[in-house]
Amino acid sequence: MSARVGIVLVSHSAAVAASVADMARALAGGGGGAGGGGSAPVAAAGGTADGGFGTSAELITEAATSVDGGAGVAVLADLGSAVLTVKALLAEGDELPAGTRLVDAPFVEGAVAAVVTASAGGDLDAVAAAASEAYSYRKE
Amino acid sequence: MGRAGADRRAPVGTVSRVMDADFFRRWMELAAAAVEREADRLTELDSAIGDADHGSNLQRGFAALVAALDKEETATPGAVLVLAGRQLISTVGGASGPLYGTLMRRAGKTLGDAAEVTPAQLAEALRAGVTAVAGLGGAKAGDKTMLDALEPAVDALGESFAAAAQAAERGALATVPMRARKGRASYLGERSVGHQDPGATSSALLIAALAEAEAAR
Repeated sequence: MSARVGIVLVSHSAAVAASVADMARALAGGGGGAGGGGSAPVAAAGGTADGGFGTSAELITEAATSVDGGAGVAVLADLGSAVLTVKALLAEGDELPAGTRLVDAPFVEGAVAAVVTASAGGDLDAVAAAASEAYSYRKE
Repeated sequence: MGRAGADRRAPVGTVSRVMDADFFRRWMELAAAAVEREADRLTELDSAIGDADHGSNLQRGFAALVAALDKEETATPGAVLVLAGRQLISTVGGASGPLYGTLMRRAGKTLGDAAEVTPAQLAEALRAGVTAVAGLGGAKAGDKTMLDALEPAVDALGESFAAAAQAAERGALATVPMRARKGRASYLGERSVGHQDPGATSSALLIAALAEAEAAR
């Protein structure tokens, strides 16, 4: 019950990934809720390694490793090469920690749901489900 | 299905001879040279329907791939392709990285640790790679993607590498009237019609490099 599920946010933009991570941490409140173990670790993997727009497998791997506490890692990605790179790493490689999963979720809303759920002590299945469920939140 | 001894004496142009790691390294070097040569054209095609980085992305990826092949020991054809795939996934920076990386890695894993492979084994491995690419990107033939060059190429590999290169080239040209259904180009809808797909074009370069490697030995 100790380790939290780690969250990795992969965007084509470093600023988007970092800002969504900040926002999700803030909205999760940092308190953690019932679990009492503090916020889940969140890492941003945005843009390319040289600071441009795109996707870096290296940054994704670093981010996933940095938030892996043994309870699994939920990865959310924005679009195109971000999604494909995570999928390729999961399908063909051994670079990502065991228990890493790409979550099918809207990037911003899903990130908030994932961090809140993980901070409350939810396991990887619960985190993935909460993030995916964010798709069903209609705005009109 | 001839005897190995006879196969080794087959004339240039037929695809009955076995290929070792050196052959695969040459293939990758020739592919890198082709990407270098055609980078501007690939980027130009990509500026019409994509984000104008296909040439430079692949240039970076294949340069890293060649550097890695110089540095790391690759004793088998499978090892060459797995290393190539890893480099492309980690250095390209666009969607073509995981797509080409998956093609190479899956093909390399399918070849296993055999020191030499036959053209039939390569065809089977590339088919597995192409299937993995289709699974990763969710595209199918006719969607104006690299599959439109790769699928006919793999179908023609049994005939000869030169036939595969021609099939890939024809496949790339056939993407011109297609409407894109995957990736950024799909947002353009009908406006993607009339442009040759950059990914199918670079795929044709990759298969042409294979035929070039075969013709050079």
